[in-house]
Amino acid sequence: MANKVIQALYNDDDVLMLAVKKVKAAKYHIEEVYCPFPVHGLDKAMGLAPTRLAITAFMYGLVGLAVSITMMNYIMIEDWPQDIGGKPSFSYLENMPAFVPIMFELTVFFAAHLMVITFYMRSRLWPFKKAENPDVRTTDDLFLMEIEIHDNEADLYALLAETGPVEIKVSQK
Amino acid sequence: MYTFSNRLKIASFILMAVGAIGIAIGFMSAPSNVAEAKAIVAAQTDGHGDAHATEDHAISNEAAEIHDEDHASMTDHAVSSDSHASEAHSEDHSAAHDEHVLHQLQNKPWAALYVAAFFFFMIALGVLAFYAIQRAAQAGWSPLLFRVMEGITAYLVPGGIIVFLILVASVAHMNHLFVWMDPEVVAHDKLIQGKIGYLNGPFFLARAAFFLSGWIAYRWYSRKLSLAQDAAEDNTNFVKNFRLSAAFLVFYLVTESMMSWDWIMSIDPHWFSTLFGWYIFASMFVSGITVIALVTIYLKSKGLLEQVNDSHIHDLAKFMFGISVFWTYLWFSQFMLIWYSNIPEEVTYYVTRIQDYNLPFFGMLALNFIFPLLLLMNSDFKRVNWFVVMTGIVILAGHYLDIFNAIMPSAVGDQWFIGIPEIGAVLFFAGLFIYTVFNALTKAPITPKRNPFIEESKHFHY
Repeated sequence: MANKVIQALYNDDDVLMLAVKKVKAAKYHIEEVYCPFPVHGLDKAMGLAPTRLAITAFMYGLVGLAVSITMMNYIMIEDWPQDIGGKPSFSYLENMPAFVPIMFELTVFFAAHLMVITFYMRSRLWPFKKAENPDVRTTDDLFLMEIEIHDNEADLYALLAETGPVEIKVSQK
Repeated sequence: MYTFSNRLKIASFILMAVGAIGIAIGFMSAPSNVAEAKAIVAAQTDGHGDAHATEDHAISNEAAEIHDEDHASMTDHAVSSDSHASEAHSEDHSAAHDEHVLHQLQNKPWAALYVAAFFFFMIALGVLAFYAIQRAAQAGWSPLLFRVMEGITAYLVPGGIIVFLILVASVAHMNHLFVWMDPEVVAHDKLIQGKIGYLNGPFFLARAAFFLSGWIAYRWYSRKLSLAQDAAEDNTNFVKNFRLSAAFLVFYLVTESMMSWDWIMSIDPHWFSTLFGWYIFASMFVSGITVIALVTIYLKSKGLLEQVNDSHIHDLAKFMFGISVFWTYLWFSQFMLIWYSNIPEEVTYYVTRIQDYNLPFFGMLALNFIFPLLLLMNSDFKRVNWFVVMTGIVILAGHYLDIFNAIMPSAVGDQWFIGIPEIGAVLFFAGLFIYTVFNALTKAPITPKRNPFIEESKHFHY
């Protein structure tokens, strides 16, 4: 399906924020905003749902913790029991303080790495992927707001023109 | 302007009165001779006494074996064969042991008083450090809370004086909280003799007076500058306060560390830990920040501080979360190295705590680490005021237990109990704390007027 989109380019993040608020107030759905740097509060202004990445990070952390406990229990207690600090006890719980650094590190390791991988998958990013960027200038100094057109090109053009863009263009997607 | 509501004032008086009765009961029920002490111990659970008899040996012989039951009975054997060999020795030992228990029971009301007195004093001191950091960092978010912090640090004066008086009473041999103050003990103890240049009564009190006067002087002068800034034409008071706070932080870092050695670590004069100062600092810092959050939420519920928004509470809750984790990090760093290296003179510290204080020792970890970690992890929960209050109460209970665990084992051994004297002391100092803090809050407008960052603080949002 070839959608027609209208793209407005801005050269300042404050102007962009005001434009986003104006477009949202006029009840248009903003497809995407491309920025050269993260703009504080933009997600809220665009009405994006809050990220669930934090919840996945917590669950990955729990996985890491479980892996470390299982691993250390097998390595140090069951398979080849170790005499820890002169206190041989064959018990994970009694040797637990010695394993805390590993439990901590693996919790962080799993949470961090799996969270980044999740983020890439969720954002549909992978190696050698062709950039979806509609205008290379958004990687330099311009902000771009993209709105889908449904037989309302003239209205949208008029609305966007009022928000102070440096350029407005209509393109096929 | 805040007016001290009558209900709160009466509540604080009731707390003090009930607490004073509890403290008095504690002192009156303390035994005055060995026979009374024996009666008290006998009245406690039966099996308890047996375990106790071998315990001192278990600790001194094989400090490492914590849970090993076989081992405990081995030590038992050793002890009984010993006493068979020489009856006289056994009797000597038994009399000495009774005397020891008597001292522990006589210490109990003092220790209960000292733990609670120090706990509430430490809250004020932690807030003072937080306040000085905000000043020195020229933080933009917090000036709205400065009057709250200044109100809480007002407790430094009465709280500090009471702690000082307890220390004076110790030096005057009215109690035996600090064994190194007993010349009898020192005469038979090579290790304490080596430390006598530092651990002696007059120098100990001189240091305490020096620390307290330094902290109180900073608090007084900074408060004066803060109030003067409200009426000023320029920012000179603010700049002075900034410099003063930066200098104070250096002073505080050194004195707080030495204070923790003097007032807490020296209760166990053989034992030492190099990060003890930091550890106590983390405890007082998180308790202080928690109390700032609690007082702020209380004042907000009374319709004051209306410019303090959820983002300010969010930031305080982030600190509560972060410093709780920091405390755990220090607690664990201290614990793991000593547990792992297993050197007898070091590890006894934890052996007594795990054997005799199992529930408060591990319970404190749950209260100070697991609860704040899980309750305050979610960003949204940090903005829910009642949630912050509930977590704050858990944190304060946990850090009371932390101080309890730091002081009680060396002062009263296994004769601890959280009963009337302990709860009474907590109630008394809670009442005094509430009275002093809220009384100080009435003394000045609750919102600073001319702080250069006040606008930023009003518009602070996360």
